[in-house]
Order: sequence, then structure tokens, then C-alpha cells
Amino acid sequence: MKETQTLQEKATSKEATERISGSEAVIKCLLAEGVEILYGYPGGAIMPVYDELYKYQDKIHHVLTRHEQGATHAAQGYARISGKVGVAIATSGPGATNLITGIADAQIDSTPMVCITGQVGSHLLGSDAFQETDIIGISTPVTKWNCQITTASQIPEVIAKAFYIAKSGRPGPVLVDITKDAQFEEFDFKYEKCKGIRSYKPIPDTDKNSLKAAAELINNAKKPLVVWGQGVILGKAEEAFKAVIEKAGIPSAWTILGASAIPTKHPLNVGMVGMHGNYAPNVLTNDCDVLIAIGMRFDDRVTGNLESYAKQAKVIHFEIDPAEVDKNVKTDVAVLGDAKASLEALLPLLKANSHPEWHQKFKDLYEIEYEKVIKNELYPTKEGLTMAEVLKEINIQTKGDAAIVSDVGQHQMIACRYAEFTTTKSNITSGGLGTMGFALPAAIGAKMAAPEREVVMIAGDGGYQMTIQELGTIFQQKVPVKIVVLNNEFLGMVRQWQQMFFDKRYASTEMTNPDFVAIAKGYFIDAKKVTERKDLKASVKEMIDSKGPYFLEVCVEKEGNVFPMIPTGASVSDIRLE
Amino acid sequence: MESEIKQFTVSIYTENNIGLLNRISAIFQRRHINIESINSSVSEIEGVSKWTIVVQLSEERMKKIQGQIEKQVEVIKAYYHTEDQIIYQESCLFKIKSELLFDEPEVQNIIKDSNARIVIVNKEFFVIEKSGKKEEIELLYRELSVFGIMQFTRSGRVSVTKDEMKISTMLKAFQH
Repeated sequence: MKETQTLQEKATSKEATERISGSEAVIKCLLAEGVEILYGYPGGAIMPVYDELYKYQDKIHHVLTRHEQGATHAAQGYARISGKVGVAIATSGPGATNLITGIADAQIDSTPMVCITGQVGSHLLGSDAFQETDIIGISTPVTKWNCQITTASQIPEVIAKAFYIAKSGRPGPVLVDITKDAQFEEFDFKYEKCKGIRSYKPIPDTDKNSLKAAAELINNAKKPLVVWGQGVILGKAEEAFKAVIEKAGIPSAWTILGASAIPTKHPLNVGMVGMHGNYAPNVLTNDCDVLIAIGMRFDDRVTGNLESYAKQAKVIHFEIDPAEVDKNVKTDVAVLGDAKASLEALLPLLKANSHPEWHQKFKDLYEIEYEKVIKNELYPTKEGLTMAEVLKEINIQTKGDAAIVSDVGQHQMIACRYAEFTTTKSNITSGGLGTMGFALPAAIGAKMAAPEREVVMIAGDGGYQMTIQELGTIFQQKVPVKIVVLNNEFLGMVRQWQQMFFDKRYASTEMTNPDFVAIAKGYFIDAKKVTERKDLKASVKEMIDSKGPYFLEVCVEKEGNVFPMIPTGASVSDIRLE
Repeated sequence: MESEIKQFTVSIYTENNIGLLNRISAIFQRRHINIESINSSVSEIEGVSKWTIVVQLSEERMKKIQGQIEKQVEVIKAYYHTEDQIIYQESCLFKIKSELLFDEPEVQNIIKDSNARIVIVNKEFFVIEKSGKKEEIELLYRELSVFGIMQFTRSGRVSVTKDEMKISTMLKAFQH
């Protein structure tokens, strides 16, 4: 009796399955998850999967990057501009360890990414085999989840979980390590998407009372200030967010990763907070009576010294990750849950308001910042080109509609401060980890995910050379990204700190650079170098008008500094203008 | 008050997963918090593991770490308790030369008074097992060390709470 049952069960289950190899199953899982592009680099332990990629090349596009780190950043760029999960693939050992920087970057910036690595055969695990490395152990602290697969039958369930975990709740990177024998092994394949995991609650419940308490604080506030982060973008809450701030008339400032959620020119947008943010929102953080943090995590680069951060204000924190509440700043009201749902529920509880006097304070402080900093950056009268005037030209030529992919350092702060955005998901940069070398590969991913968008990569001469080999990927894939290098022949941000805090001892920050134009041309990419102001406009226009990839080097002032600045350990309100 | 260092017993209910030990211990290691003891076992719920970790830190940090632990995908729930909220025990083994058992009446008295149990006796050595609180075990250790201990080992703490743990109800609510 029992045997018949089992046979019957087998017969029914067989109808829904097909017998394929583990490696083919990997591709079928990716297709079932809607993956169209993946970035990677082949090698011994992942060869069976690559063999299947060859078979399925009409359905799934594999992009060969020039380094596995490039594959992760490209997957990140893809994810950041599209909101979809980016996928990177690599072999075992060095292939896998080269993914780590990108994974750590995705973890701290909450970017949905699935990394697939090959692993030595399961019988060799722990034997110090060729290209064996404990990538599960290594990636554990920087992944949202990871899992090693040693038999083919685990593949569908684990990959389904990987995608579910990567994109749900607060997104993050997931790594799936698959032994070579599991890739070869045949099994009965059937794919079901993951719908939930018992121990994992992606979105915490929202307490209605917390919403009421938040609304009451906001309604009674005389000087409310909103600081929003990437949570607004990741939670697809842009419209709900705009409705809330417009109804309550609240001046709103953004963290670097929150930029572009509402247009730069929105009248309630008062600029960037943090170390090199705008003067008004930083200073007035310590003047507001209610601080409303939405989808941000009070990073130390945002708060400066916590001992003197918004101590006078009641703090409301809209947050999806309970571990972020009270982590750095003690909140008076925490509204847990999904940003969009919470803000939509908050809207009817709010009274219409405008706070004209409070807004005037922002305008007054903006005028000070404009006179002392912005004017000289955008309309310099001195000889050397400034980074900001390059950004200004890009804004003009792209009508503020470009996606800006920036690297890390001075140019990044300038790009975030001066780039104009009209569309959400347009500021793609390495925020939390500060990964130099991020921009070039990330721009590849961004452009491939959104070919209709103008994607302008901006890097310094330092960071650009960390992943410069990805020019090869751009050339081979014919990705029409616009590459701007702001060359000051220095590791500029470190040099600025050396100037300000280390008595101008420029230890190892001066760069002797190659002929960047020749290098770009070596990859058959159109390229130009600008050294004088009079040539800037035409060169930027030529770049933007170019149909293919284009490289533009702009030689800028060597010892320019980024201001305003909150020195480390200082309070946000002690921000320096010079 | 907030920054006063206290001893906490952390109870973590998890899915049974190979990599989880790394993930959880890394949370403490990153913050330079020494794990005083750690124990992993099955729990009252089938298929759910229970970890008991003893640490010393401020309650403020403890709360944040509880959040970081619960954030892990395979952690169902994490709690932390002060000493007065739990019933706890540790267990230890002493290996001692057999001659002491026969030649030193004091050793017999110590064993008797401490409610320790003799596990095995042979010609060379005998082994006693003692369960209790850390202080009781430490007392026994001090008393026996006068005579010489060949080997000693103590287990991690295991504990149950005085109050009801609503983990089973919670698990049902978590089902999608």
C-alpha cells in the first residue's frame, strides 16, 4: 500500500519536473527570476554553468567584465537604476574573493544582488584543493544571506530563496556557492518562487499608534525638518513622500543615497546633509523642533558628532529595519514598516501647513553658502577649472536628466552637490563603503539596465585607475556610457585632509598619471582632454551628443577643496564654509 | 546607569543552519565583545535550535546586538535576560587520582557536601560531575584543587526563563 502511494507520488511529481543538470538548472532558475543580464568571469569551478550560458545565450546575456570586482559593481549599477536584482557570477578561489568588495558595498548600501560562485567538488572541500577558498566563511559578515550547495537538488530552492532574500525587506547581497559536482549532477528540476521564510520577516508591522504619534508631532511642529535616505527609493515611496512633505510644507534634505528621489529643483528640497552637504540643512538640524528621518540610518558621515546632533529636536524615524532604530540616534517615535505604506497612511493624518518663516531661514543660509562657496565653484573667476563647473555643463547638456554614476572622493561630493536630477534612481554612487573604483563598472550596469537613459560616469584620476580595465568591457559590449575623469593629479580628498589636518604633508597622494586619452583610444573609445575653460562647453556637448561611449578628461585645479565641511568629530552646526 | 556592565544570557531561536554560528559570533566579535559561554541545542519546538550565549556588556549595547542578531535571516527570535529572570545551570567534570578518593576522607566529604556525582571510578582515576551555578562549581574547584585535579572542564550555561516564552505562538504568526 505504502509503496504504491510512493510510486503514485513519484509519477505525479515527474509530470512537473524535467531531468537536467545542476548547471542547466542554475540558468533556468535565473530565467524564472526574470534575469536578462548577468556579469561575470569564467574559471574552472564554474565552467559547467558557463557551458549552459553558451547554450542559452539567446535568452540570457552574460557580460564578461575584466575583473570580478567589476562584475559586482556592474550588477550593483544595474540594480540601483532598475530596482531589480543584479546578478554576478564567478569561479571559486580568487574569482570568489574578488567579489567581496562589491558584496560589502552592496551590503552597506542595501543593494539587491545575487552572486553565484563555483566551488571545488564536494569531495575536495576542506582539502586545500586548487582554487578552493572558504567563500561562505569569508562572505558571511558582508552578505544578507549565503549558502553552499553540494547536491543539484538543492539548487532551485536555494536560488529561489536567494532572490527572495536579496530583494525583499531591506535589500542586500546574497551569495550562493555551488560545488562543481552539484553543477554536473542530473536531477528532476522543478522551480517554485520563494514566497516566505519562517524565520524571516522582511517588513515589520506598522503600529498605528506610532503613526498617530508621528502625525501629532509633525502637526504641532513649528520648525520640522525631513531628512530622507535611500529607503524612499528602495521602497518605491517617492510619490507618497512628495505628497507628505508638500501637504505638511516641510523643508526636506537628503542623504547621498537618497538623492534624486524628488527633483533637485523641488521647492521643498533644501539640499544634502552630512560632511560635505549643504550649509542650511546641516546647521538647521540643530535648530529644528521635530526631525523626521525617513529611510535613512544616521550614518556618522551624516550626523557628525552624535553628542551634539539634533539634541533639541523630537526625532521621528520611519524605518524598515528594526535594528536601525535607536542604533545611533535615540528616537521619540519609531514608525516601523514599509516607507510607502507608512507615508500613505500618514498623509490623511497630517494638517496642511507651510512654515514660511522657517523656510526663510533655509533661504537665508543658502544665500550665505552661495556667496561663500557655490558662486565660486559654479562661476569661478580664477584660472583653474573647478569640478563644479564641469557638473554645471553636464546639467545643461543633459537638462538634468542624466543618471550620474560617481566614484569616491572629492568629485563624488561635488557631483552629489551640483548634479541636477529630475528622475528618481539617478544618483548611483558608493555611499556607505566608499569604494574607489565603483563608478566605471557601475556605469556599465546602469546603462545596460536603462539604455534609454543618459548615463554619465564621473570619477577622479585615482578611483578611475582602480577599475580602468573595464574600458575593455565597454568596448566589447559597446556600452554607450559617457566617462568623465576630473583629473587633479592627486588623491584629492585625502590630500584635502592632509592639507587641513596633517600640515600639508602630502604623503602618497600625488599621482603621476598616464595619457588617459591614449588609453581610451587604445580601447577604440572616442576621447578628448580639456585643460581650458573655453573648451569645456563644446567638449561636454560633443560627449553628450556622441552615440557611442565617450571619454572626457578634464584637468581641474590641483589643490581645490570641497566645502562646506564638517570636520570629523565636530557638530553638524559647526560646518565650515572655508 | 545605561552604560553599567551587566551579565546577560541571550536566548536565540534559529533554523538549524551550518553557517549560523559564524554569523552570530561575528556580531559579537566585530564589537569586541567576549562570549563568556555558548551552547547550542534543540529546543522545545521541532526543527528549531536554541542558542544560549552569556555575555557581559551594557544593556544599551545588548539591545542593539539583539537587533543585529534578529536581523539575520535564519534567526527566528532573540531574547536577552538578566540573572534574576532565568533558571540556569552549568555542568562540569573533574578527573582526579583514585588514591585521593580512598586516602583523603576530606575529598569524600567535599563530594558529598557539593552534591556532585561520581561518574566512574577505576584504578588510576575517578570522574565526578557537578551541575549548578557557576559559583558552586568554582567553589568545588577551589576545594578540590588543594588535592590536585588531573583534568577539569565546564560546559556553557543552559537556561530557561521564569516567564513564559511566546516563541511557539510567534512561529505560527510568522508562517506565510
